[in-house]
Amino acid sequence: MEYILIIIAAIFVNNVVLAQFLGICPFIGVSNKIETSMGMAGAVTFVIVLATIVTFLLQHYVLNPLGIAYMQTIVFILVIAALVQMVEIILKKLSPVLYQALGIFLPLITTNCAVLGVAILVIKKNYNLLEGVVFGAATAIGFGLALIIMAGIREQLALANVPKGMRGVPIVLLTAGILALAFMGFAGIVK
Amino acid sequence: MNKFYNLTKGILKENPIFVIVLGMCPTLATTSSAMNGLGMGLATTFVLLGSNVVISLLARLIPDKVRIPAYIVIIATFVTIVDLVMQAYTQALYEKLGIFIPLIVVNCIVLGRAEAFANKNNVFQSALDGIGMGLGFTFALALLGTVREVLGSGSVFDHKFISGDGIIVFILAPGAFIALAYLIALFNRIKK
Amino acid sequence: MANVESSFKNMTLSLLIISLVASAALGLVHQFTNEAIVKAQMLKINSAIEVVVPEFDNQPFEEAKTIEMDGGELTLFPAKKDGELVGTAVKTFSMNGFAGLIELMVGFLPDGTIHKVAVVSHKETPGLGDKMEPQKSNFSVQFEGKNPENFKLSVVKDGGDVDAITASTITSRAYCDAVERAYKALKEGGVQ
Repeated sequence: MEYILIIIAAIFVNNVVLAQFLGICPFIGVSNKIETSMGMAGAVTFVIVLATIVTFLLQHYVLNPLGIAYMQTIVFILVIAALVQMVEIILKKLSPVLYQALGIFLPLITTNCAVLGVAILVIKKNYNLLEGVVFGAATAIGFGLALIIMAGIREQLALANVPKGMRGVPIVLLTAGILALAFMGFAGIVK
Repeated sequence: MNKFYNLTKGILKENPIFVIVLGMCPTLATTSSAMNGLGMGLATTFVLLGSNVVISLLARLIPDKVRIPAYIVIIATFVTIVDLVMQAYTQALYEKLGIFIPLIVVNCIVLGRAEAFANKNNVFQSALDGIGMGLGFTFALALLGTVREVLGSGSVFDHKFISGDGIIVFILAPGAFIALAYLIALFNRIKK
Repeated sequence: MANVESSFKNMTLSLLIISLVASAALGLVHQFTNEAIVKAQMLKINSAIEVVVPEFDNQPFEEAKTIEMDGGELTLFPAKKDGELVGTAVKTFSMNGFAGLIELMVGFLPDGTIHKVAVVSHKETPGLGDKMEPQKSNFSVQFEGKNPENFKLSVVKDGGDVDAITASTITSRAYCDAVERAYKALKEGGVQ
């Protein structure tokens, strides 16, 4: 039951993009087409879950015992950067097909603040490893959901006649605002 | 070209938020009031200045292939310094900005300036660039924060000028997107 | 102008040196700010205690007692004057806030009556949920002088005696939840 609550809260109520403002750059950058959005969502899910596990273990078995919890930021970001590199190399060798699909998104993920954000939040919220992984995966799904909805809208928007000043980023932000309003409707389903 | 061009370009001409559109996450998340936006902007400015200076000094000593991890370590160091100092001396603000302080490390602006400017220019110009970009970022955040606070709470820097509530949606998530959308559109218009 | 060659030796060496210098710098800053961080946190708790209980002359911090409950920790701070108990401040929490954790400091008189309530930390929405802060609305006043024995700590909507903050029922519920938990802890760990 607890896990279901974590999942619903992370996907809908506190959607990473639309309520917590994490991962906005890729949200605006790669939400042009549904297909690329799905690729990005897949790559992010993969990295978030991996990063959550590794950073969790590091925090609890290395940083905390040594009393250097203040090194968190620097250690986490290095882990994420290294992880992304590793995933890229392994994927290239093991599954060229998957690499073709996700490859171009991987380098972008290091600076996706949703990844580092989730890693830090898992520590802050005092989750155990399993809860952390569930939270990470659900957050990633929430990210993917927002991204794909947005891409669907933008594919339609491309055909619309948008006023000159609003073209490009402003109309995307405005759409995101309306989406965020819709997502606010989920508030309260998880007490 | 004016010697101080690198200081002023960030504020309007190459404003990181309104023109280059980088570093959106903290921009949207920490601007529910003018004060929060200002605090976040200044914290980022400090990191930008520090990392730009150190990276421009070390750029030639760092082998090309490992420059990105090296830059990340340098940036993360400055971020942690800001994190610790704010936790010690400005606790209320620190708690409001929360997770977005450590997240300065993944703010694309910081790594972006290191890669696009600091590693090719001298220390003095890099410092100016860091301050300029930082102030441009701060200006954008404070402006967005002010707009949202005025509309959403009916106050400016916590000084209330109406009784009762404002249009609350502007301090909530949707308001952040909508207010920023119109500010960028306005900026596009002015630039022309 | 050429960079150092990207040989294996150079790459390892430069990354190693940068990491070492960064760690050393952070260790230094940590030493420097650690005391101030602890002090700032204590000051915050202390000032919350002072607000919620009548005047006292002991050091509640030294006589504090923690109780584990519902997956969290509550702290009881007995306030004494001339050796006699004048009230107990209970640092309590609720995980059910609109934005997660809410921490309150609830002051009880020796007979269990609520004296005053202060907010220690929260992340509730500005303009809505943050009205639980005493300086933002009168919400918290309705708890003063009430004894949870005969004052039902839940919102009117749920059949209780508490008038919820308009449009912030979730926050109000969490607030009641935290106060209720404080009362339970007081009963359980009652310092006499």
